[in-house]
Amino acid sequence: MLRKVISYQLLVISLLLCCHALCSAQPISSSELINNAKQYDGKIVVYEGEVIGDVMARGDHAWVNINDGENAIGIWINSSLAKDIAYTGSYKSVGDGIEVTGVFHRACAEHGGDLDIHAQAIRKTTSGRNIREKLNPGKRNFVIVLLGVFCLVWILTLLKRK
Amino acid sequence: MILKPSLEDIKIIGFYLGKIILGLAFTMLVPILAGFAFGEVNPALDFLIGLGISAIFGLILTKLCFTEKDLNWMQGMIVVSLAWLAAMVLSAIPLYLSGHFKTFLDTCFETMSGLTTTGLTLVQDLDHLSYTHNLWRHLGPFIGGQGIAIVALSFFVKGSSGAFKLYVGEARDERLAPNVIHTARSIWLISITYLILGTLALGIVGISIGLKPLNAFFHGACVFMAGFDTAGFAPQSQNILYYHSLLFEVTTIIIMLAGALNFNFHYQLWIGNRKEMFKNIESRVFFISIMLTFFVTAIGLSRFGVYPKAVVLFRKGFFQLISGHTTTGYMTIYARQFVNEWGDLALVGLICAMALGGCICSTAGGIKMLRIGIAFKALKEDIKRIILPEKAIVVQKFHHIKEIFLEDKQVRGALLITLAYLILYMLGAVIGMFFGYPFLNSLFESTSAAGNVGFSCGITDASMPTVLKITYIIQMWAGRLEFMSIFTLIGFFAATIKGKRC
Repeated sequence: MLRKVISYQLLVISLLLCCHALCSAQPISSSELINNAKQYDGKIVVYEGEVIGDVMARGDHAWVNINDGENAIGIWINSSLAKDIAYTGSYKSVGDGIEVTGVFHRACAEHGGDLDIHAQAIRKTTSGRNIREKLNPGKRNFVIVLLGVFCLVWILTLLKRK
Repeated sequence: MILKPSLEDIKIIGFYLGKIILGLAFTMLVPILAGFAFGEVNPALDFLIGLGISAIFGLILTKLCFTEKDLNWMQGMIVVSLAWLAAMVLSAIPLYLSGHFKTFLDTCFETMSGLTTTGLTLVQDLDHLSYTHNLWRHLGPFIGGQGIAIVALSFFVKGSSGAFKLYVGEARDERLAPNVIHTARSIWLISITYLILGTLALGIVGISIGLKPLNAFFHGACVFMAGFDTAGFAPQSQNILYYHSLLFEVTTIIIMLAGALNFNFHYQLWIGNRKEMFKNIESRVFFISIMLTFFVTAIGLSRFGVYPKAVVLFRKGFFQLISGHTTTGYMTIYARQFVNEWGDLALVGLICAMALGGCICSTAGGIKMLRIGIAFKALKEDIKRIILPEKAIVVQKFHHIKEIFLEDKQVRGALLITLAYLILYMLGAVIGMFFGYPFLNSLFESTSAAGNVGFSCGITDASMPTVLKITYIIQMWAGRLEFMSIFTLIGFFAATIKGKRC
């Protein structure tokens, strides 16, 4: 009986330790994952970065590509989790910052050998936003100067021809 | 005795160079229109600046060097080699203004890579690049793939024998039509027809895999231009891996193969001569070469247990192999995976495929299938000569659009260019090793640059040594123009310094 209680207690403690380790786990960079893919293959990893491009729905799942500033990695995510993503990174927007916890695959057998992460949980770390483009006055002025020079050269060549 | 080039030579070169630069400036109207359509004002201004500088430069050259004389062979070759350098610098201006490149040299590397349909990239934060700049990155291969001089030939140069010299200077010597201007226009007609069909196909696939319609067709157009022109640029940093789709990969493979085939094949298909595909020496050698190099690559991959299933091995291995052999450079794996996971044998298979390349008179780089075919035919002829009685007359024929008797002149030409490519591959590898990179990695990257492929095993990066960047730029340039124009340019400079006045 005592042995049973001790083993239950040990199990609970190890589960708690695992949860703590996961909750406080430091995100791993994409370069670290790509360069040491064999080492992380099949393991649960935490990866963080900006959602870029499109959220590509595929049935009850979706592909989301997350860029951590070094590389982008494809995340296979449940559609219900993907709904939280409001902004994706492009020229006109900064994408949501997402922390993904999931299983890393060096060559995913389910997805044709892609290096990917199958997400188990995601957490939004920063909210994305639209970027309002402001006209660059320096560029505008330079265009006007170039237009003037072009016209001058054109007129001079016409005069030379006459 | 070497003669110093005359002022007349320089005037003629300047005049035609100016015409080509005006042609390049004219193409910048496409991203300007796209920029305003997408509501990207600053990127559109970048291209107005690029257009302005190019147009002024082109206009000054054509007016200062005005001549009605036609080009001779030497002048034609020099115009072409200089035009590619001028195009590299001028088309880099709007990209550099985007702020996505660390130095102007990096931008020149990018534009030379695009124009020569290589696909090695040094762009920073590609995932936030504007549609306008991204369109220009992909339009570069489309213009360079057909030939920068062909742009000018089609629109600015009137029919003349000089036009043919520009056409040959860009490593093209086959005509689809009797007149070279009509050939240039036929190439454009074929390319634009395929562009519309390819963009539609990829756009529909893009929508079916979850891309937004605008992105689907934009990506479709970009991936088609860089795929058909065997460049390997893609709108996102993950290249083709971004799409995570077998259907997209299969469509891309078809486009890459179409791009690596001789324009003459397309023209023969166009006029209903489908048998040519099966009879032609190039298509036969291409098929055998793909099979052999894939066999080596697949053995290498299976020996290391790189992929968990045979189907997965085929999907990854075959895509990379076709991409390398057609000299496109599209990737569905990360650059470092080549070195970390693929193993030496698979890499050797891939390097061989890259070195061999596609067909002549296509946008593909590398040694090219016709030359390999001619070399084997010559070998077969020599073996026959040894085996057969001395009095026997040995005649070797091959089919390339028509039946052709093998001549020593063709064999010499094919072997000389093959040798030049092999030296170029090795030279780049040695320079890479000089900077501390391992032999196989250096050879991989060097072959990729000189063969206008675009695969990287991780060496190509903004932080790589400047000398290596310049080396790869020269390799891409020399590989695309197939040496003759560049040798002529070197000879021209040598004559300017050492030549005597006539």
